[in-house]
Amino acid sequence: MSSDQPSGYLPRDRAWHPPALAPDYKSSRLRSPRKPLLILPTTLSEESGPVFGHDVIGPRDDDLIHNHAADGYSALGPRILVHGQLRDQSGRAVPNALIEVWQANAAGRYRHPNETYIAPLDPNFGGCGRCLTDADGYYRFLSIQPAPYPWPNGPNSWRPAHIHFSLFGEAFAQRLITQMYFEGDPLIPLCPIVNAIPREDAIDTLIARLDMDAALPMDMLAWRFDLTLRGRAQTYFENRPEGL
Amino acid sequence: MADEDTRHESPSQTAGPYVHIGCLPNWSGIAGVYAEDPGSRLINADTRGERVSVTGRIFDGDGAPVLDAVIEIWQADAAGLYPSPVETRGTADPNFGGWARIATAFDSGEFRLDTIRPGRVPYPDGRLQAPHINCWIVARGINVGLQTRVYFADEADANVEDPVLAAIEPRARADTLLARPDGEGSFRFDIHLQGEHETVFFDI
Repeated sequence: MSSDQPSGYLPRDRAWHPPALAPDYKSSRLRSPRKPLLILPTTLSEESGPVFGHDVIGPRDDDLIHNHAADGYSALGPRILVHGQLRDQSGRAVPNALIEVWQANAAGRYRHPNETYIAPLDPNFGGCGRCLTDADGYYRFLSIQPAPYPWPNGPNSWRPAHIHFSLFGEAFAQRLITQMYFEGDPLIPLCPIVNAIPREDAIDTLIARLDMDAALPMDMLAWRFDLTLRGRAQTYFENRPEGL
Repeated sequence: MADEDTRHESPSQTAGPYVHIGCLPNWSGIAGVYAEDPGSRLINADTRGERVSVTGRIFDGDGAPVLDAVIEIWQADAAGLYPSPVETRGTADPNFGGWARIATAFDSGEFRLDTIRPGRVPYPDGRLQAPHINCWIVARGINVGLQTRVYFADEADANVEDPVLAAIEPRARADTLLARPDGEGSFRFDIHLQGEHETVFFDI
């Protein structure tokens, strides 16, 4: 096999991801497949994937403070910058990757037809945004700090503040949706969705760190959140070139 | 491969009940942020190939339709070529997007995909796979997006040769991946998350 031949994607580490059934997260009980997943090597169908160009991204798509606001207005809440690097499992930066985000507003309320929480909507906040990673895999977007909110799981369940992330890599096999949490939020260890992830060190990778170096003085705090997508299985070299 | 060189993938979390805000904002009532919802340009009037529609519902373990799921599909064009940089066998139809994103309806749970019948794509060993549509399903209660495939029941000869269908044990479960003809150019494909007819999901 030549070195530029795709050799498939690494299998997902299912002990690192949450299992399909996490009983404390009630919605998973009736929505979790019970038969084992059929494990197969990736084919061209999974190793290919859609490509997104800058032409699909509008100028304010990465600015949730303003992209749903009336002229001259901005969303209510603490202004934040969220940024980080997207790499694959081999550490390679993933450029031109589409990242989509959505979140509740600063009162913990989503702009959605099925949302029933009593907290108010903010007319100047929609809650969605997107951006493409740059040549080095870096992304950034501006938003407001979302609030925690109650949800009908247990008698008194609250979600920690979070931002949903949807990630595309180069392959459909890399498709991933996850959530970003905020360092220091006392609700993180109480959340059954978070705790569906079996390992503490895995949960830790979803907690963004306060990043004072990237904060904009007198303007907004910054949070650093790096992400990792599935990587390619490395091609086996019988004669390993020097220096590799 | 040295383990210490391999990082962990970011762990998955459920897309939650409000996935539409980020994935299909216009569809969910958030107008004016994106000009159009992502994944709405799969085909146009000039796309080559036989028009087919696939409709269905997703059922939970109680047999209730899932009213808040998002399904993404990725498929080859009518000639079996993917519109992707890793496609080395030719150039896909420029009027075919390959990727679509649809939601199950809030009231009925019905989804509808309007596409073209895909061509055949090779398996890594060179054998041809049967025409198929790759699916990725996310929703509240689904902790890791579910991967499955739609095959076409009227492609019996190709389906018999398909290496992925052949890997399904017991073989009868492969029928859960068959979209059934349901009128001219239309197919029915229901997805069962649990139960006797649980759909085959892949770790692929």
